[in-house]
Amino acid sequence: MIVSGKQLITEEKLAHLYASMEENKKKPGPLMPTLHEAQKIFGCVPLSIQKIISRELDQSIAKINGVVTFYSQFSIEPKGENIINVCLGTACYVRGSQGILDAFSDELKIAPGETTADGIFTLQATRCIGACGLAPVITVNQTVHGNCSVQNAKEILKNFKKTL
Amino acid sequence: MKSIEDLIKLRDSARKNINMRLNPGSIRIQIGMGTCGIAAGAKHVYQKFQEEIREHNLKNIILTPVGCMGECAFEPLVEILESNGNHTIYCQVSERVVEDIVEEHIIGGAPIEKYFLSAIKR
Amino acid sequence: MLERIHVIICGGEACSKQEAKDIKREFDRLLEQEGLTDEAKTVMTGCMGLCEYHPVVVMYPGEVFYQNITVEAVATIIEEHIKHGRIVEQYRIPEPFDRGKIKNISQLKFYKMQKRIALRNCGVINPLDISEYIARDGYFALAKVLREMDPKTVIDTMKQSGLRGRGGGGFPTGLKWEFAAKSVDDVKYVICNADEGDPGAFMDRAVLEGDPHSVLEAMAICGYAIGAHQGYIYVRAEYPVAVERLEIAIRQARELQILGRNILGSHFDFDIELRLGAGAFVCGEETALIASIEGERGMPRNKPPFPAVRGLWGRPTNVNNVETFANVPVIFMKGADWFKNVGTEKSSGTKVFALGGKIMNTGLIEIPMGTTLREAIYDIGGGIPNKRKFKAVQTGGPSGGCITEKYLDTPIDFDNLVELGSMMGSGGMIVMDEDNCMVDVARFYLDFTVEESCGKCTPCREGTKRMLDILNRICEGKGTEEDLDVLERLGKMIQESSLCGLGQTAPNPVLSTLKHFRSEYEAHVYDKVCPAGVCAKLTTFTITEDCIGCTKCARNCPVGAIHGKVKELHHIDPALCIHCGACKVACPVNAISTKPVMKEEHAHV
Repeated sequence: MIVSGKQLITEEKLAHLYASMEENKKKPGPLMPTLHEAQKIFGCVPLSIQKIISRELDQSIAKINGVVTFYSQFSIEPKGENIINVCLGTACYVRGSQGILDAFSDELKIAPGETTADGIFTLQATRCIGACGLAPVITVNQTVHGNCSVQNAKEILKNFKKTL
Repeated sequence: MKSIEDLIKLRDSARKNINMRLNPGSIRIQIGMGTCGIAAGAKHVYQKFQEEIREHNLKNIILTPVGCMGECAFEPLVEILESNGNHTIYCQVSERVVEDIVEEHIIGGAPIEKYFLSAIKR
Repeated sequence: MLERIHVIICGGEACSKQEAKDIKREFDRLLEQEGLTDEAKTVMTGCMGLCEYHPVVVMYPGEVFYQNITVEAVATIIEEHIKHGRIVEQYRIPEPFDRGKIKNISQLKFYKMQKRIALRNCGVINPLDISEYIARDGYFALAKVLREMDPKTVIDTMKQSGLRGRGGGGFPTGLKWEFAAKSVDDVKYVICNADEGDPGAFMDRAVLEGDPHSVLEAMAICGYAIGAHQGYIYVRAEYPVAVERLEIAIRQARELQILGRNILGSHFDFDIELRLGAGAFVCGEETALIASIEGERGMPRNKPPFPAVRGLWGRPTNVNNVETFANVPVIFMKGADWFKNVGTEKSSGTKVFALGGKIMNTGLIEIPMGTTLREAIYDIGGGIPNKRKFKAVQTGGPSGGCITEKYLDTPIDFDNLVELGSMMGSGGMIVMDEDNCMVDVARFYLDFTVEESCGKCTPCREGTKRMLDILNRICEGKGTEEDLDVLERLGKMIQESSLCGLGQTAPNPVLSTLKHFRSEYEAHVYDKVCPAGVCAKLTTFTITEDCIGCTKCARNCPVGAIHGKVKELHHIDPALCIHCGACKVACPVNAISTKPVMKEEHAHV
């Protein structure tokens, strides 16, 4: 599978996954740590990876698929290169974060949860990230921006696009 | 560490790092660096303090990150503790304000009231 | 911040800064000499406005004002007030005096109200350095427990302290430990629930980021009490800073052999491992959390058997949340009676609240149980910004409810909040003002529970979905008379028939807003108006004087309802407007008003 010009699964990444599974197998309950690791390595946990995990950890693929789809941290589809999260926790919501999410949706022409056609942005609504004192809050990749408004959200996006 | 006696020894030697009274002439600078503080720019403030301390060649300064100080609306927060027992909380500290704090307060010994938490929070 | 007494010294001009400084120095000198620095702390403030009584000193708790204080008087105050708790009448400002004169009241109130137990080290020590935790007597509670107490005494101390679980339900912690201790098995587990899912609460994050060792220490104490040698911390993956600091803390504790084998020469072994949550709110429920660690879908199961009997991998397990654990070392250092004296009779100790929403001083506060909601919101939180009117405060997150102005003087404790149709929850306190639509807020929470329902039991999976459908309908102006009754009936049914706490409490936000704000629901249903101007379909959009005539709104309007010349005030034609809100999003100067305009006013526009 190729995502925005890059190979999703490489030998190197697979080796990394196998190594982490070796470690996790020593502990009880190895599935969750393994899935976290896979999500980190590949940016998603597609069926092909689930199969590998199933074989290595000796658990049925049905069960693994069930777990992957249960938790919002794991995704089956690859995400965009840059992830914009708009916090819809209560504190942010009552201070108007829905409007900010709508503005991003408008600007990027995608619905929350979707990735732009060029694979550059994924827009997500997220639950509380615990920076309620600065509500409303958005994150672009790992950077947290506080006290956002519809207007400065657009600025943030514009400035971020310049750095690409 | 094998016993309570070891623990006591470590405690007594570590105390002077957090209790400036036991460490005459030293100043402890605490930067609130929970998620809120970091989001508000505390990392830049921390780095700026590092630079300023180096630039002015200051000695006996303990610069340390601490957790959430609770006043999230006024982040980034910086607390200065001196060996005479004074402690000062500065709020909404920017890199620009760091320069002032270092020059006027740390070096000059004159706290800058207009940046106090108590002055801004009314 | 654990000091029992705060001595506030006025440092205003009239009190003469020099005099005030001398008084403070004398206090500090004598407190140190008497070994009372852990008991009392001096703080110098700006002018309090009580200049006629200068120099002034105020003692907290109790708010006793002393006047005409001299350096010589300090010794008397320390001896009588601080050591023996007796008010020194000769210096006291005679009551009643005009408190209206007091300036800087917010600063005074701040000291009056707050008491930091769980957050004692947050913002004080470097969380990346174990020695700073130890310098503040960290791990001495564990040392004391291991050297001086048998497991039964540990549990008795916990029971005596009256500590109740801070994660929501308020179950007595000592009792929980006792259940796990009484289960016979050679393998048991301690779990710290750090899956802080309530959107709007972040006290657990603050503890993990600011004072991770307090949790590790408490888990080891718990392990000793119940006979467990392994602990797990189940922490949200959404908290990367907390995860990193916990990893560092665990590593440092292992290096110092405070975790691992034969801790402090006691022959007691205990170790802790981190497990990451994966973004499922329901995993805050203890049986779901255990399933998640085991590598299953995080779904709750029936209780009993309780985790204390059959928990992680079928073994007896004790689960407590972060804030609960953070209180534990203090109970052993200061004594169960000390802890019991803080707070109210049935809810001892303090509670940390995350103040958020429409409030001046958003942030984290720790207040003794029994403080009133009004004190928390107005005295500490500074009230509502922008001269708006208070409407409601929401506590308990998606499981809680809204509390109105009328009940603001209720002392906060576990039982009082339940009585008001809300709950303590993990401690989110979201303040709403007149601009918040309560139907919309209820819809917001329900949307959250629908999203987060694990799907195992029908009432929660299907019932909440149906409730949400109705609320969506109401917000769009398609609500009918019977909708309100159906909401109520359905809500009660879900409460009674759901499997776990998430389902049982999911209807609370709807039921409590229906109870306290029924007229607002009725306005949506009968008048097709959203009084707060939030629900777009029930709102009249108008353009205010702030308009700069940039034409963005007109260009973004999908139906061409906006007219106006460049650089001139624009207008919206209400007959054409479809209430989509595109103009509001487009406007760069926030000139689109969504206040409901009543029908008669409308005619004049």
